[in-house]
Parts: sequence; C-alpha cells; structure tokens
Amino acid sequence: MKRRNVLAGLAAAFTAGCAKVGESETFSALVDGAERLHRGAHRLLGGRPAMAREYSPADISPYFRGNGNTDIETDFYRAHQASNFAEWRLEVRGLVDRPLCLAMDQIRALPQRTQITRHDCVEGWSAIGQWTGPQLSTILDAAGLQEEARFIVFRCADDFRGVPYYESCDLDDAFHPQTLIAHELNGEPLPVRNGAPLRLRIERHLGYKHAKYLTGIEAVASLGQIGEGQGGYWEDRGYQWYAGI
Amino acid sequence: MKRHALSTRLWHWINAASLVVLFMSGLNISNAHRRLYWGEWGFAPEQAWLHVARFPGWATIPGYYSLAKARDWHVLFAWIFALSLLLFLIAALVNGHLRRDFAARREEWRLASIRADLAAHLRLRFESRSGKYNFLQKTSYSLVIFILLPLMILTGMAMSPGMDAAWPFLSQMFGGRQSARSIHFIVAWALFAFTVGHVLLVLLNKPIGNLLAMFTGGRIDETA
Repeated sequence: MKRRNVLAGLAAAFTAGCAKVGESETFSALVDGAERLHRGAHRLLGGRPAMAREYSPADISPYFRGNGNTDIETDFYRAHQASNFAEWRLEVRGLVDRPLCLAMDQIRALPQRTQITRHDCVEGWSAIGQWTGPQLSTILDAAGLQEEARFIVFRCADDFRGVPYYESCDLDDAFHPQTLIAHELNGEPLPVRNGAPLRLRIERHLGYKHAKYLTGIEAVASLGQIGEGQGGYWEDRGYQWYAGI
Repeated sequence: MKRHALSTRLWHWINAASLVVLFMSGLNISNAHRRLYWGEWGFAPEQAWLHVARFPGWATIPGYYSLAKARDWHVLFAWIFALSLLLFLIAALVNGHLRRDFAARREEWRLASIRADLAAHLRLRFESRSGKYNFLQKTSYSLVIFILLPLMILTGMAMSPGMDAAWPFLSQMFGGRQSARSIHFIVAWALFAFTVGHVLLVLLNKPIGNLLAMFTGGRIDETA
C-alpha cells in the first residue's frame, strides 16, 4: 500500500471522528462557551465603548464588494428601485413606547454620522468604505425602549430561497456610537448590491451582521421566538451570534 | 532526574492535538476565500498575491466544506492552544527549562561549532555535547516556541473585528488585517514543515524510546 494512501486514510478517519464529535451536544456547549469567552475577552480588553478603527479617505477601496444577496428580484423591490426608494419605510416596533414608521426623508433629516471603516467578511476578505446615516441610538431613543428590551432585531427585504434574512444584536452594540442605519456609501446613495436603500453598520462585527435592505427594527426580550431562534439567518445555520471573532 | 518535566509532556501533547485541529480546520476556513492579500483590505483576484489551492476533504475539519463548523473548531481550540502555551511558558520559566535548555551558550554560536552540529545532524547523530539539546535543536525549538506559535496567536487575534477595536495596534503591527491573514497562513505552513521535520527526526533517532519519554518523562542518562 502506498504511504500516501495510508496517510490520507488516517486523516480521513480522524476527520470522520471529528465530524462525530462535532455533532454532539457537549461539543456545541463547548463551542458556545468559547464564543462567550471570546466576547468577554474583547469587552474586557477594550471596554464596552471600544471603537472600531476609522480610516482616511485615501484608504477607501476602489469599489465595495457586494456579497450574499446583491439584488432582490421581487415586484415590491423593483417598484421601490424604480422610484429611487422615495417611498421606502423603516418600521420601528416591538418593545418600544412609540412605534415609528420612518420615511427616507425623515431618516436623512436626523443627525448624521459619517465614518470610514473596514468591512471584514466571515469568508476572509476585507474592503474599506465610507458610510453615512443616523446612529441607531438616535432612532431607538426616539422610539423609547421599554425596560424588558434586551435585543434589537433587524428585518430585511431579502431572502434566501424564501427564508427571510434577519439579524440581531445586544443593547451594547445597538447603542454603540458607530452603529448606523446607513443610506450612503462613499458619498452616494447606497448601491443595490450593498443593500439599498438602508443597511446596518455594526462595526465590531463580521459582515453577515451588517443586515442589508432594512425594512424594520424590532426591540425584543428574547431571540428564541424569531426565525429558528439563534438570532440571525446565518446564526440559524450554525454561524456564531457574536460575530466579533 | 526526568528528561521531560510533567508540564512539558502535558503541553507537548495538548499542543500537538490543538495544532492538528487548528491546522485542519484552518484549511477548511481557507477554502471559504482562496486568495491572500497584503495591507488592510483585499477582495478581488487582481489584488491577491497568492491564489491558494482548494484543500480536499480528507485534509480538513470537518471533512466537508463548512465554514461555520470549521470556525467552531478553530475558535474553541484557539483557547486551548493559547492558554496551554502560556501555562507551559510560565512552568518552563519557573522550573528552569527555558534557561537551562533553550539559551544557546556562547561557544555554540561559533561558526565551526554550528557546522559541526549540522554535519552531525546530517549523519543522523543527535547526541549533544553540552546539555540536553544541541545548537540546531535549541534554535529550531526557540524559533517555534518564542516566534512562530506566538505569531499564530497574535495574527489570529488581529483578524478578529472585536479584538481589532479593543487592540488596534495588533493588526497595525502586521501592516493591516489582510497582511495578518497572510502571515497567519504562511506561519501555519512553517509550523507544518517544522512538525514534519520534527516527526521525521524522531523516527530516525530511537523513535520508541523518544516517544515513550514524551509520555513517561524518561530518564537523563548520567553517563552521557
């Protein structure tokens, strides 16, 4: 027998064993523990208000890659696209005192923040872009968060094979100064491939956390009843909810 | 006296197991985006300095493509790998392993001495003249323990957006996040090469005795 085959066989047996372990509940408890440990370490080392690095205009990438869904082929979205998203609405609901339904003009009339940050995709690539929009904290303060609210859920117009995209974050990230509802990329209205007309910027997290094509913001006490209960479309498919690792 | 302290033996095997899991889950993660860049950013083929081959299932954890599962393995074993290295280094500092066995003596740095060591190595004669390790062992083990392993931890941390906000100097130190990712990849393969050489040299030099000593601790031969 060739040595190469023996080695490949050994490796295959090892990975098969790992697959078995990987399916077990003990392993998923360990993995969840490691995720919390990473999150705790990041908050401990940087403090809660640690800011993501901001760059200068010279650092901006020549264009900004779109990933995941880069277009929505529904009549609803096509109609809004045809009217330059003039009638697009962002609903703010759930555990809030004053539910809101914000028009694009109202969103643009709020105090704005512009930041040049690096976007890191979970797959490994990075791009730098300049984002403009109101801070999420401004919108949440206007709506008045209720006592029981623990998480903010982001609702989106896009889906993967009929399963709607959504995301969520804790209140630390929701009220972080760099967390924006962005409507501009590099000084232009958000392109369709990057989530027109509104997307989340949540700078201390990987790309999948930055929900695109936003239609709603929902304050909730728990994530268990939403989607498959893991706090996001990709989280429901095994990705970490804390996307800062 | 034991040849290997208990702390050394424990760390050796925990480290070996974590490196295997981290390397193989890392190959799975690499399959998610098979290009490497320098600087802060990079996403397109024309920006890449290296187009990486797709690693086959038998070389990855899990044995099929799953970025989510591979990341689970990777971020869990990252803790085991980093904390065990830290504890080993503290133990080795306290028990004198670092001072006694890793620091090369002045006479060992002479060219003639290095040449003699190299020649002995090539003839597969591994007895050292001063102390437990010879010059080549001291320098290669030091390179791995003090430079390559810590580099894996630091470049790994530099890639995490949460860590980057907390300690921005990490990724800046490596010239940007994509540079840190490239260095992470290069050093992983350097450690792979070291491991192959390390196992080969054990196989060529009293493999059973050496392997057993890494479990039982072995004994230092007083007559040597």
